[in-house]
Amino acid sequence: MLSCKEVSYLLSEAQDRPLGVVERMQLELHLAMCKGCTNLRKQMVFLRGAIRRYPPARDDTPHER
Amino acid sequence: MTTSSTDAPKVTPEALEALRADMLRFATLQLRDSHLAEDMVQDTLITALAKAEQFAGRASVKTWVFAILRNNVIDAIKLRSRTVSAGDYAAEGESLDSAFDHLFKANEHWTPAARPTDWGDPEDALREQQFWAVFDACLTRLPENTARVFMMREFLELDSHEICTTLSISMSNCHVILHRARNGLRRCLEANWFSGEAPAC
Repeated sequence: MLSCKEVSYLLSEAQDRPLGVVERMQLELHLAMCKGCTNLRKQMVFLRGAIRRYPPARDDTPHER
Repeated sequence: MTTSSTDAPKVTPEALEALRADMLRFATLQLRDSHLAEDMVQDTLITALAKAEQFAGRASVKTWVFAILRNNVIDAIKLRSRTVSAGDYAAEGESLDSAFDHLFKANEHWTPAARPTDWGDPEDALREQQFWAVFDACLTRLPENTARVFMMREFLELDSHEICTTLSISMSNCHVILHRARNGLRRCLEANWFSGEAPAC
């Protein structure tokens, strides 16, 4: 069973490299039982999505200054 | 109006000038040097105007100009990171690492106070200008070299292999630095923008 700390590293690395089959299984097993790490995953996904839409660099921004 | 496509976007001095503020904000965030950022934006605008006839009108003027700016930023970052050693990343990451360690109990599970919270529907935040000011402030608070690696990955969208090679750091070190940056950023946003109840795990 992975610790929350290990999961934190895996969730970050998942954004930079494909995780292995075992890593993915261990991760899902942990997430199924841990609300904190599930929130962390959502936060990590949100961060990436937010930067992809960083307003000064994007054209579809709803609020041009 | 010319005989060619009547309403296609054109690279005009006016169109470029309208982009200056956004370009400056982007470049300053990436470079952490307002003078360098200003010079770079100026150069980019001049380049864009000189190459105006190469603009095919497939993308918007803004997307096209930002692609030029992005390349200029990457070149500057590569130049600047040449003098940074693996030890420099570790040294500047110390306080972030120690703060991170304090989020966990001895068994490496979250302490109740540090458990990541539910940010609700964070998409709402993206529409708020104030959110982006907090976002910029949180990014600026990250240590310089750590932030640079993160910017290369997320804003300039280089893959981690390319980043490692460029910065001469190992892949595992690269992952540690990116984790450090992401965790620092999300903790800062959690404290300064999203405040919710810590969930019962």
